[in-house]
Amino acid sequence: MRSISQPFRRTRNFAVPNKNIIEIKDVSFAYGTRPILTGIDMAIPRGSTVAIMGISGSGKTTLLRLIAGVIKATRGEVWVDGELVNRLDTAGIYQLRRRMGMMFQFGALFTDLSVYDNVAFQMREHTDLPEAMIRDLVLMKLHAVGLRGAQKLMPSELSGGMARRVALARAIALDPMLMLYDEPFTGLDPIAMGTITNLIKELNAALGATSIVVTHDVEEALNVVDYVYYLADGKMVGHGTPDEIRHTQDALLHQFVYGEMDGPVGYQYPARTLAQDMRLSA
Amino acid sequence: MEHRDLSVRGVGAWTVDNVLRLGYAARFIARTIAASGTSLARPRLVIRELYYTGVLSLIIILVSGLFVGMVLGFQGYHTLQTYGSESALGVLVALSLVRELGPVVSALLFASRAGSAMTAEIGLMKATEQLSAMEMMAVDPIARVVAPRFWAGFISMPLLAAMFSAMGVFGGYLVGVVLIGVDEGSFWSQMQSAVDFRNDIVNGIIKSVVFGFAVTWIALFEGYDAPPTAEGVSGATTRTVVTSSLAILALDFLLTALMFQGV
Amino acid sequence: MQRATLDLWVGIFVIAGIAALLVLALKVGGMSGIGVGDTYLLVAQFDNIGGLKTRAPVKSAGVVVGRVASIQFDNERFVASVTMNIGKDYKFPKDTSASILTSGLLGEQYIGLEGGGDTANLSAGERIKQTQSAVVLERLIGQFLYSKAAEGGDKK
Repeated sequence: MRSISQPFRRTRNFAVPNKNIIEIKDVSFAYGTRPILTGIDMAIPRGSTVAIMGISGSGKTTLLRLIAGVIKATRGEVWVDGELVNRLDTAGIYQLRRRMGMMFQFGALFTDLSVYDNVAFQMREHTDLPEAMIRDLVLMKLHAVGLRGAQKLMPSELSGGMARRVALARAIALDPMLMLYDEPFTGLDPIAMGTITNLIKELNAALGATSIVVTHDVEEALNVVDYVYYLADGKMVGHGTPDEIRHTQDALLHQFVYGEMDGPVGYQYPARTLAQDMRLSA
Repeated sequence: MEHRDLSVRGVGAWTVDNVLRLGYAARFIARTIAASGTSLARPRLVIRELYYTGVLSLIIILVSGLFVGMVLGFQGYHTLQTYGSESALGVLVALSLVRELGPVVSALLFASRAGSAMTAEIGLMKATEQLSAMEMMAVDPIARVVAPRFWAGFISMPLLAAMFSAMGVFGGYLVGVVLIGVDEGSFWSQMQSAVDFRNDIVNGIIKSVVFGFAVTWIALFEGYDAPPTAEGVSGATTRTVVTSSLAILALDFLLTALMFQGV
Repeated sequence: MQRATLDLWVGIFVIAGIAALLVLALKVGGMSGIGVGDTYLLVAQFDNIGGLKTRAPVKSAGVVVGRVASIQFDNERFVASVTMNIGKDYKFPKDTSASILTSGLLGEQYIGLEGGGDTANLSAGERIKQTQSAVVLERLIGQFLYSKAAEGGDKK
């Protein structure tokens, strides 16, 4: 089946290149009976940088995992580069992932491999390139993130920001067309944060790739991206360009962007009244 | 230990949970064996793990084997001497080691030395998203991380058990012959005429192969299934040692019962 | 860890493991014919060898001079034929006698050689003619009881 249908799909892709690399149509996802995402619609054009934002538990990481094919939508369609992700088998998803790069929250470097071997990992697993060529490629990738000098270090010897940069070099090892960033700014000092922000911008331009940044760091995200999707409680509650988001009239979005303590998302955890708890009524 | 609900409902839920987990564990080992192609095609992956499971367990296995053998030498002599048959010391030392102590004690040591390390390593790789990262790079972590460790454990265990037994016999010889002065000839001759290659030595090796399979399976599964937190990984490590030890002793009973039927 | 060092250690580990298996098979399981030093063979036939085992010691005047190499049953004469490996340095006269003895009451059994007065020595492969079988405890007790009964009969 595959061997017959694949050439057709290829031709179609080349003949009518999708303007949008990712199209998400009315997607819902639930763990058992607990809904995580409901009725999400999204379209991400090629070459753009998009942020998916929301408070913790809003379902933004789940959305990223749906795009990467780690989990499958319970309803709706997830299209990535002309492939329907929820219909692909494991081999198909692995094939698709070779065109993706992902940077994890804390880097997720392989702790038993050196910086050099971490970056070389995918090249060794997926290509038959001679070691000399792998070396040149690895040094180029490391140079792009400014860590060519750190090639011999082990991940345990790196600072948080350096580990994130190595993870970035590793993610772009095979020149992906889609870059996924899961909370790339979490726990970084301002300088490292600035470095990562710049790298995301530069690498996207250099690779000609599309980037999706999942984050709750508002300022950094608004500086990097072309477009923002905002999730709350598993629903898409707003989207727009960074400027539109900054001047939003939506109360929920406003509270998030400006970090206000109280608003639609309440400060108090639901409780009995203070008077009841303090036994003042008695 | 977490709180256990002891109501009928709680016990029922606990049972169902464990049956589910067992099913998952069985699927896991089947997938591991099915994904062994990578290990065969790249033996270097297995060699690397052989170093961590086998070579690093050498010292504890050799030293323990020597001491167990020396204690057997003393205790055996003490008991046999009462019947004037201290020349049977060699038989006693060799049979206890080859049939029981060698496979069982070395497997227990292996579970706490190499098994716990495997669980902790894989659990940490999972907690720090290294396994997810590997999957995102289109590399199957079962084939790349789990299977080589499985084969390394499977290969190391019988070798370690053999070294333990050989070291133990040497320890018994040191105490019995060199220290106490049992006749060297009768020590070896009685041993050699009493120990049967097929019934004693081969059965001992079969035991250690089974134990190796069980311990590596438990260790890898606990690591792979560990909740991705610090407590999760430490709990899984403890469970590896406890479950493998119980599994080794239960399997030993089963295997011994099976093997005795034929004798 | 350097690749070569790692390989070296794993190599040592595997070799040591296989060596341990061989030791178990050969030295402990007795799948070998170990002859210590140069020896020559002597044969002796016994009516009853008791619990004699191969590799049991052969002693003369308390000194271990050799080991039992093999024990066979002679189908024609219905006796046990015991072959012994005797050290090259030990010589025994033609009229040497061999007996099966026990060290201690319940200890292991061994062969004791007692030299005679002949001037010619036994050569390799020769048979020792005078032999004394193992003492069988049951028979000894039976004899003892029989003689006691006989004594009692005399007194009456």
